[in-house]
Amino acid sequence: MKKTVIKASGLTKVYIRGTEEVYAVNGIDLEIHDGDFIALMGPSGSGKTTLLDLIGCLDSISSGSLEVFGKDVSKIKENRLVGLRRGHIGFIFQDFLLIPSLTALENVELSLYFARQPQDRKRLTRLFEKVGLGHRIDHLPKEMSGGERQRVAIARALAVSPKFLIADEPTGNLDTRSSQEILDIFKKINKDEGLTIILATHNPRLGSQADRIVYLKDGKVVSKEESSLY
Amino acid sequence: MNIVSVALKNLTRKKVRTILTIGGVAIAIAVLVSLWEFDTGYQRSLNADIDKMGYQVLVTAKGCPYEAATLMLQGGGGLRYMDETVYQKIVSDPRIDKITPQLVATAYDPARQAGRGGVSLYMGIDRSYLALKPWTKYKLGKWFSSEDANEVIMGYEAAEYEQRAPGDKILISGRNEVLTVVGIFERNGTQDDGIIFMPLKTTQKIFELPGKLTGIGIKLKDMRQLSKFEEDLYNVPGIQIISLAQVKGTILNLISSAKAMTNSVAMIAIIIALIGVVNTILMSVFERTSEIGVMKAIGASRLDIFKIIWVETTLICVFGGLLGNVIALLGGKAIEYVIKTVLPYAPKGHLIVITPHIVLHSFFGAVIMGFIAGLYPAFRASSMKPIEAIRKGE
Repeated sequence: MKKTVIKASGLTKVYIRGTEEVYAVNGIDLEIHDGDFIALMGPSGSGKTTLLDLIGCLDSISSGSLEVFGKDVSKIKENRLVGLRRGHIGFIFQDFLLIPSLTALENVELSLYFARQPQDRKRLTRLFEKVGLGHRIDHLPKEMSGGERQRVAIARALAVSPKFLIADEPTGNLDTRSSQEILDIFKKINKDEGLTIILATHNPRLGSQADRIVYLKDGKVVSKEESSLY
Repeated sequence: MNIVSVALKNLTRKKVRTILTIGGVAIAIAVLVSLWEFDTGYQRSLNADIDKMGYQVLVTAKGCPYEAATLMLQGGGGLRYMDETVYQKIVSDPRIDKITPQLVATAYDPARQAGRGGVSLYMGIDRSYLALKPWTKYKLGKWFSSEDANEVIMGYEAAEYEQRAPGDKILISGRNEVLTVVGIFERNGTQDDGIIFMPLKTTQKIFELPGKLTGIGIKLKDMRQLSKFEEDLYNVPGIQIISLAQVKGTILNLISSAKAMTNSVAMIAIIIALIGVVNTILMSVFERTSEIGVMKAIGASRLDIFKIIWVETTLICVFGGLLGNVIALLGGKAIEYVIKTVLPYAPKGHLIVITPHIVLHSFFGAVIMGFIAGLYPAFRASSMKPIEAIRKGE
């Protein structure tokens, strides 16, 4: 029996816009186990990013319950959530969000610094080789292609040895070839190291390569047919 | 990778902006340092001038103390005359270590300053004058042959100006007296360098001031007796006692009002620089909103972010502090020139003195400035919620 990493019941996130309440995530039940590779799919505004923010402990929940590594996140104050994220959750964003003034290696070292983990150069060199960037570790982000930047972001997320990886539209800014290469890296990490990966994507071709697809619409989990993607 | 290297790299990102901000801090610090240097240098030079006078107390005829103070430092003793009997009355006071009578006289010489005319300064002295100034040395020649000889000893600059050597004759214009130069003093960096010395009695005779003095220089055995000494002389009519500590105080008082004004200007410069730094850092914080968000997402605590921004601000101020000191050091000569031209009385020697004390103080001042300027931007940055910061920056 696989260990449960994330367990959401009736998970809800409400934003107030003026006088209107917007249910970005509306009563989602979801269970993710250790080693799962899950794709969240759905049209824009379906709640993929908000759901990722909640399970990534970046945002507080409005109602329902959410357990991450068996801890009830709803009871943890926002400024304490950083302790839960640090060294446990890896993040990959659509816009890469690397620090432009730091080289690829320094970007990764910085995440280790924040995670209070040792900055072992040899280990990091191996990590860069694993993501196919062994020769470019001393380059600045602006000297790299989109695909290369995203590989740096993956190395940054993996460096802290996270328990699961959250990737929000990681291929959104990449061409088809680079997108597939990034996905291949995810698949390899998931297979070889058993790392749990939760990926949000618009791209059905990429999403279909995950072990499980969760379709979202209007903040709710729906069936494949209901998702209006097909 | 650590916080200092992240902060340093951030500063190099917008080089022109960083350099301009550092420049602003540097100018403010340079102004402040120059003022402190001037303050130190001026006091030091004033002390040196006063120490080289050899006496701590000057008895003069009653008159304006400010005028007396200035005249005294310019080599005169206040051209009001008192009776020699005052000297005879106090010369045997047991509290006195050394005492010397002086008679300062001036003569207009139409030939001076290339025919434009000028005043030559003469001082009648006796041997006791040298006892008060043991560092005085002869460049050439020797002391007067007698107490009423028609002889002069010239200060170094006076001799240079007049191009005289021992054995030469010198005419006192308007008096039709010709005197012989018997000696020339070595340069000692005081007003004495420009004076022509004569025996006291000769001066009284030539300038028709029999039994008159302009001043009596006194060195007490113990300075703590000064107030009692002054009190005792209070009843002697027609004189006033000026202690050099008073003179120093008077001159420092005169410049202190100007100093207060320049200090305010320096403070305004510091405040403007401070606002500039806050503005620059705030701007850079807002530009990096998504970066700050992602740093928080990957595990940076509020304190981590606070420290990065705080260190950046402090680094700007530290570099500004260092550069400001360099500017003050290089610009010191120019500032000194301006001050010497503008001030009514400027002591000899360097008016701008840079000391490790000043450098350290200004440096730590800049660090504290950085600490203060960094507080608000660092607080703003550290308070950002990761998710809002990431989305806002996207």
